[in-house]
Amino acid sequence: MGELNLAELWSPIRLTIELAFVTTILLLVIGTPLAWWLARSKARWKEAVATVVAMPLVLPPTVLGFYLLLLLGPNGPGGVIAGLYGARTLAFTFSGLVIGSVLYSMPFVVQPIRNAFEAFGDRPLEVAATLRASPWDTFWSVAVPLARPGFMSGAILGFAHTIGEFGVILMIGGNIPGQTKVLSVAIYDYVETQQWTQAHILSAGMVVFSFAVILATMTLGKRFGQSGR
Amino acid sequence: MSGHAREISMALAGPLGSFSLDVDFKMPMRGITALFGPSGCGKTTILRCMAGLQRLPGHFIVGEETWQDSARGIFVRTHQRPIGYVFQEASLFQHLSVRQNLMFGARRAGDAPADDALSFDGIVDLLGIGHLLDRSPAALSGGERQRVAVGRALLSRPRILLMDEPLSALDRMTKEEILPYFERLHKSLAMPIVYVTHDIGEVARLADTMVLLDKGRVVASGPLAELQTDPSLPLIAAPEAAVMIEGRVDSIDEVYALTSFAVPGGVLIVPGRQGAKGVVRRLRIAASDVSFTRTAATDTTILNCLPARVVSVDGHANEAQVNIVAALGGDGKGARIAARITRKSLDALTLAPGTPVFAQIKSVALVK
Repeated sequence: MGELNLAELWSPIRLTIELAFVTTILLLVIGTPLAWWLARSKARWKEAVATVVAMPLVLPPTVLGFYLLLLLGPNGPGGVIAGLYGARTLAFTFSGLVIGSVLYSMPFVVQPIRNAFEAFGDRPLEVAATLRASPWDTFWSVAVPLARPGFMSGAILGFAHTIGEFGVILMIGGNIPGQTKVLSVAIYDYVETQQWTQAHILSAGMVVFSFAVILATMTLGKRFGQSGR
Repeated sequence: MSGHAREISMALAGPLGSFSLDVDFKMPMRGITALFGPSGCGKTTILRCMAGLQRLPGHFIVGEETWQDSARGIFVRTHQRPIGYVFQEASLFQHLSVRQNLMFGARRAGDAPADDALSFDGIVDLLGIGHLLDRSPAALSGGERQRVAVGRALLSRPRILLMDEPLSALDRMTKEEILPYFERLHKSLAMPIVYVTHDIGEVARLADTMVLLDKGRVVASGPLAELQTDPSLPLIAAPEAAVMIEGRVDSIDEVYALTSFAVPGGVLIVPGRQGAKGVVRRLRIAASDVSFTRTAATDTTILNCLPARVVSVDGHANEAQVNIVAALGGDGKGARIAARITRKSLDALTLAPGTPVFAQIKSVALVK
């Protein structure tokens, strides 16, 4: 039984929140244009792209983690990029975790935003064009506000899913305190070393957090679902 | 494009569903032009092409501005065309209030000088939407939404207003509530309006010019009254066939409460006091309300018995009724009216083109 060390407990929590925060921001930046393209493009191969985006939903996290390890490692493109600033690899770093999390949580962000973009159809965009709004103007003044519920649930799901991530992180992040040792890995660690109190505190915290997130998503969905029309 | 600066020219050719669209017509730069035809005749496609929302080879020239000319590779994108567009469903932005909806186009229209009729207050007043400004679109009735949509389009200071069946999604009561506003638009705005509809009643009340469409082709186009009395067109044979005539109030009989309207080739009497002398109103005469006599009847309850001349007689040999076009005035040079009578009466009175007759008009309705 290890002694209860609050700083040691807090470190993985802070790291996890940081990771989820950065990942969610990046996902909104990357996912929004991607969702827009998936919702509006008439390209025949867009469903192939959508499938690639959705694959983390079914792939075992270890598979994704394995390929990421190759890509981010010293012999992959990630190693080349790391070389630019004097590092050897992107694997086992916080940046590597962010890249992995972005790919892993992508479907949870892109799908709701895409659905929201598809839900209002062409009409509001046509109306905006007849009122002199350029496509760029229309995107910000009409499409994004109308898709707000999609952005909300996308952001919440992306954030929450990143927090619950385990397999991918174990493969590409390892277990470096303060750098890659996130919540789920820490819990695993505590259990392995039979530190039940610490495992209990973190696990119960996750249960409460998950409950709050799902409840929030559902309430939001209901509220917007009603006032949407 | 000099020489035709005061007209609108439209030509399109291309595939449209199961048939092809091939139209080429001109419209005046004033008043309401109705694109009229059955569902699927291509009228909405034409309007969408005018707005640049859809693209088919052809040209669209409004006065001196060319918005599309495929031969010269010109295609102005929708947001760069100074048009106003009213969709079938009001399509207000749900995330904005009524006022924000109205300002959406106005803010982007640039600083073109707005005359009084097109100012914010002017439009709000014209459409009677002042009390709705701070509401959400979700809290409006169907008729109110459509009025706001019209206001929103007008506030973007268009050169031309395009309306795609703006009343067809509304019930009869709401239509009757909105039509007077449209008539006010017609009266107070100088800009041309293109109005797509499949309802001849709306054409009768609003249109000055009509483009008659069928299966992607222009069947006829021209002033409304001309098309309504053209025996070669299907309008005259329709069950609700009627003719619109512009009349000017000539005198009012205070004792009997009747108003006399001067129309080309005669005077028509309408019940009620219908405005001051000189006011121009639109009168509607249904073909089923017109009958003929060879001599002037003196013992009839029908007020309007006018000398006229038969212009044309059309009908099939085995059908009960025939369609007649007659021109008012003893010389047959006045306004044309349509009539539906039985073939038996036609033979009994031996009516033929040129025959002098008296037209008995059972009722004359004011449409605006």
